[in-house]
Amino acid sequence: MMEVLDRQTRDTSTAKAVLAVDGLDVDIRTPSGTVRVVGNVSFTAYQGQTLALLGESGCGKSMTAKAIAGLLDPVASVAGGTVQLEGRDLNSMSPRQRREVAGPGLGIVFQDALTALNPVYTVGTQLGEAFRIHRGMNKKQARAQAIELMRRVGIPEPEVRVSAYPHQFSGGMRQRILIAMAVALGPRLLIADEPTTALDVTVQAQIMELLRRLREEEDMAVVLITHDLAVVAEEADDVCIMYAGNVVESGPVATVFSTPTHPYTKGLLESVPTHAVRGDDLSSIPGSPPELKNIPAGCVYADRCPMAAAICREVRPELRPSGENQFSACHFSESLRADPATAPAGQAVASTQHEETP
Amino acid sequence: MLTYLRKRIISSALPLVVVVVGVFALARMTGNPASLYLPLNATEAMRADFIAKNGLDQPVIIQMADYFGGLLRLDFGTSLRTGEDAAAMALRAFPATLQLAAMTMVIAIVLAIIVGSAAALKPNGVLDRFASFVSMAAASIPDFWLAIVGIWVFAIYLGWLPTSGVMGAAAWVLPVATLVMRPFGALVQVIRGAMVTSLSEPYIKLARSKGATEYRVVTSHALRNAAAPALTVAGDLTVGLINGAVVVETIFGWPGIGKLMIDSILQRDFAVLQACVLLTALAIFVLNIVIDVGYALLDPRVRPTAGARARRKARTASIDSPPAAPNETPVPAAAGANV
Repeated sequence: MMEVLDRQTRDTSTAKAVLAVDGLDVDIRTPSGTVRVVGNVSFTAYQGQTLALLGESGCGKSMTAKAIAGLLDPVASVAGGTVQLEGRDLNSMSPRQRREVAGPGLGIVFQDALTALNPVYTVGTQLGEAFRIHRGMNKKQARAQAIELMRRVGIPEPEVRVSAYPHQFSGGMRQRILIAMAVALGPRLLIADEPTTALDVTVQAQIMELLRRLREEEDMAVVLITHDLAVVAEEADDVCIMYAGNVVESGPVATVFSTPTHPYTKGLLESVPTHAVRGDDLSSIPGSPPELKNIPAGCVYADRCPMAAAICREVRPELRPSGENQFSACHFSESLRADPATAPAGQAVASTQHEETP
Repeated sequence: MLTYLRKRIISSALPLVVVVVGVFALARMTGNPASLYLPLNATEAMRADFIAKNGLDQPVIIQMADYFGGLLRLDFGTSLRTGEDAAAMALRAFPATLQLAAMTMVIAIVLAIIVGSAAALKPNGVLDRFASFVSMAAASIPDFWLAIVGIWVFAIYLGWLPTSGVMGAAAWVLPVATLVMRPFGALVQVIRGAMVTSLSEPYIKLARSKGATEYRVVTSHALRNAAAPALTVAGDLTVGLINGAVVVETIFGWPGIGKLMIDSILQRDFAVLQACVLLTALAIFVLNIVIDVGYALLDPRVRPTAGARARRKARTASIDSPPAAPNETPVPAAAGANV
């Protein structure tokens, strides 16, 4: 907890905004009609800081990342809102301008490194590709850059391993290579889409540490997508909690985790097993997220919310200030804040660290 | 590589023997060549003489033993029809078949890559549906029908192309066009399917995230991955052309091995038939090795494991002790170790 607070005390007002997402909507075309999978998502990521997008699977966090990176599947499209990278609107760029940004402006780390790496090329070829595309280097120069990158992300014997294929590496090493690729051209923004989900716990910690080190070295903004509360508590400065394609709460991690102002955040924090006694039921949020096809007209969380009232089923709450730098999309955020009994222990999350995976 | 070859030869030897035995026995069931090669009014004595001279009076099992004995001395027998060496006749006919097959496959592969990839760019788009229809039609048209219609339209009615023969480039058009259809149709479907799969893989997104152009994404990343499955099918189709262009070669009077085989069957020219079968079997054996090697070149995951290579290198190093070239040992033992 102390660490979280320490980071929070850094002056965020002077930090430079690298990525500003405002009112982003993403639609998917399905045979039975258009489905809005990301609705009205807004957040800002600052230079040298980590913003976490936290949520359950299917809540739209990966889709948000793909929309920012311009890597949506053909069936999905950005339906509204703006995405600005250092003041330039990504959505209004031509495909060519977009390609020029991909790499030097924005790097992305994918979840499963085995499928994300092309199986038929050596890692050296793939690491060097960015340099060949953007810097017009020849094969030899690109290979030298690849070796340098591999050394930077801690791969032993890079001169030898540069000629190996992805399947000849362990999961953790593959993830390192993927990260190396994303930071190859020193991007201003790094999006890490569940970079540790496919890895075992000890390797997860090393990968997170590598990301932290690279963030500091490059002074880049990091958008970290995860479903892991402990990772958020440990790594992130700010957090955006997403539910059914919407941001329900956002703010500095320390504030949000110590005084949540949305019932979903509260439910999430309470479901972290801390001092569980054998035989006791683990706390969980009853029900499951709504199908994106039938999102309720009112609050997206109303069906599972213990505080739901009539207004919640009719009017969708806007994201409104609910504290210092904190925003919540709940009609009752003030009462949540006022009632101390509702505040779960933020320390619990930080102290459990990597021991749980919700 | 040598171990691999040895294994391949051993595992291919038995099927080859079975094929030769089968052809040997079946050919003799079609009847006695004596009734074909002697005049209608030949006497019984002449018949008996012909049969004895060609060893056909022996039991089939003895004939077979003689034949295999001959094979060991590379004696493939002589043609009843021409008295020539059977192997020489088969070898003389083979290049025509190989040229036809090579020309056909090159055209089919190039066209299929273009059409299949274009179709895969927008699955279920107009182009995809059109390509699907065309490739289905191409793969299902019977070749003898197409050959005959082709001759009728282009050779007889329009008079643009010769009806048969191998003289000049024009003579190639109809046989190649007829033969191209099936491999083209089959390959378009395979390449389209493989391209749709590889274009939806995460590594395509990774390539795009590096700012790769659409052309680079499609060719260097997607097509390169789709090549291995396409190669397997292309190999099978080539095998079909090497031993199976019988109908088309016959219709167009193409002096290839297919036509020679048909003629030998009709003439009960057993030795030539067997030589043709052996030669095509050998060609298919070689082709399969080429496909295997090609597959390993296209997909590093099926190459002999890096570990095995490193061990082998270590072994040779201990014998000859040459300094190991650094860029040829991509596999430290840490390959499987975790971070």
